[in-house]
Amino acid sequence: MVQKQFKVTAETGIHARPATMLVQAASKFDSEVHLEYKEKKVNLKSIMGVMSLGVGQGADITIIAEGNDEQDALNSLEETLKKEGLAE
Amino acid sequence: MSFLNGIAASSGIAIAKAYRLVEPDLSFDKKKIEVPAQEVERFQTALAESKGELEVIRDNAHRELGADKAAIFDAHLLVLSDPELISPIEDKIKTDKVNAESALSETADMFITMFEQMDNEYMKERAADIRDVTKRVLSHLLGVQIANPSMIAEEVIIIAEDLTPSDTAQLNRQFVKGFTTDIGGRTSHSAIMARSMEIPAVVGTKESTKQIKNGDLVIVDGLKGLVHINPTPEAVAEYEEEQRKFEEQKAEWAKLVNEKSISADGHHVELAANIGTPKDLKGVVENGGEGIGLYRTEFLYMGRDQLPTEEEQFESYKAVLEGMKGKPVVVRTLDIGGDKELPYLNLPKEMNPFLGFRAIRLCLEEQDMFRTQLRALLRASTYGNLKIMFPMIAALDEFRQGKAILEDVKQKLVSEGTKVADNIEIGIMVEIPSTAVMAEQFAKEVDFFSVGTNDLIQYTMAADRMNERVSYLYQPYNPAILRLVKMVIDAAHKEGKWAGMCGEMAGDETAIPLLLGLGLDEFSMSATSILKARSQIRNLKQKDMEALAEKALHLNTAEEVERAVKEATNL
Repeated sequence: MVQKQFKVTAETGIHARPATMLVQAASKFDSEVHLEYKEKKVNLKSIMGVMSLGVGQGADITIIAEGNDEQDALNSLEETLKKEGLAE
Repeated sequence: MSFLNGIAASSGIAIAKAYRLVEPDLSFDKKKIEVPAQEVERFQTALAESKGELEVIRDNAHRELGADKAAIFDAHLLVLSDPELISPIEDKIKTDKVNAESALSETADMFITMFEQMDNEYMKERAADIRDVTKRVLSHLLGVQIANPSMIAEEVIIIAEDLTPSDTAQLNRQFVKGFTTDIGGRTSHSAIMARSMEIPAVVGTKESTKQIKNGDLVIVDGLKGLVHINPTPEAVAEYEEEQRKFEEQKAEWAKLVNEKSISADGHHVELAANIGTPKDLKGVVENGGEGIGLYRTEFLYMGRDQLPTEEEQFESYKAVLEGMKGKPVVVRTLDIGGDKELPYLNLPKEMNPFLGFRAIRLCLEEQDMFRTQLRALLRASTYGNLKIMFPMIAALDEFRQGKAILEDVKQKLVSEGTKVADNIEIGIMVEIPSTAVMAEQFAKEVDFFSVGTNDLIQYTMAADRMNERVSYLYQPYNPAILRLVKMVIDAAHKEGKWAGMCGEMAGDETAIPLLLGLGLDEFSMSATSILKARSQIRNLKQKDMEALAEKALHLNTAEEVERAVKEATNL
């Protein structure tokens, strides 16, 4: 299992478009990927799960991946977050 | 073969196959099933079909409407791939042994309720997304076709109960040849859209969606207000002949495209067009419009989930001003409320929206929104001949307030070093009887009037124009209306100002002789009506029409006026 913490910098938080991109990125991997925020943990391959968290600007989030391609999954998500200017 | 009677809302004749834009029947029974594995497979097939359909829609939307509008379909696709939604449905089928339809809708309902209960507006709207995709999958399970207007790829006639602005925004003008609706009148949104798209339409048929099936051959006769369903080959041939004659007539009118609008005795008037978006400019130019008498800016604000930025607005206004090459362009500031809602403004529901918080009333309150629009307009003013018009003015003070804000915005722009035209005329729409009655006082302060007859008639007659049961009171030729119009024109002329009209009445062949006689300076109408009106005016003598109008003012009823006009002008 690998995990990493991020701080959300995007003004709109993780809504709509950003959520779509994260879920699309996570869905490419076999590993189970979860997003944790305020002690709630949701499947990062679930658009409804991610949006139901209501992650806003300034939030501390953790991404957890577990499975045969866990490191690749985490790296890819980190890249998406940074490239889209969502979090650091 | 059968036919329906309706209101001729947009002229011309269209012959094509029917395409129903109707909410489908997605009802089903909850059933126990024997072989869950088969049912899961049935569900997966429906899911795959739905995704395939959504991918096509997304790609179409991307091509036609841009990445922004397409993004919503990406989100829909993800919902259909969402393990948190799909697994529970499959589990339900397996453990409860119920049919896929009920497993799907029960599971989806749970999520819909969850999203609806969140206290964030954005999240609440996501409930609508889930509802939307659930419908799509259900339709595939049930083998019912749901309407996908953005996927239309052959010539069709749209059959609908009514058409909303967002419906019409999705329609591809290349393929939609005409439409017919159950409800609506000449001034309903669908009718106005049909005229601006220059396609024949018959509205208010009451029964179109009941009588017409997908794929039926339909003739829309937008001249007589008739809709023929599965006509005989003879009828089709007859209509093709009529269509040809109409095209010929149009070609005859088209010769007037560069001519002036002058009466037979040399009186000049201006024939302008009403538009909703810069896309409508093409029609204005092709139909010889001498200006834009009404640019309805609210379409910039509709069919989206947030206010348009100053930059977006600036681009649209600039495009229209440049496109008209120095001809006058009257831009109406935001006229929202009444039958035109903006969900993202979160305005409370009102008992009487037409008498409520709308148009200038809203803008004077929501000043940030108003100022953004004015800034965009003033910045665009150097690209053409801009005139600004405030809607729904009921009292002089509203005009003064609006003008003061405009002046303030202008000062700020100038002090920032932005160039602003310095001869911008500022006028008002006359839709409220109080303003018509007080026109003499208004005329000292405004630069022009434009009579909005759709609302002026409904307010004067106290008859909701959306309510069909009182539609008999929608009487443009009632002497009461004519007298109000006369007050406005006379008041303007007394102060050396001009008076126009931008309601449906301005393009009406029975009203035109009267308005010409009353001295109206500018007639603004659907672009497609301009050439016909020009042809009519060129055959009328203004002096004769003055006498006719004078007589009409003293008649007793709308019917008497109509008869008098017909007798005097051989209509």
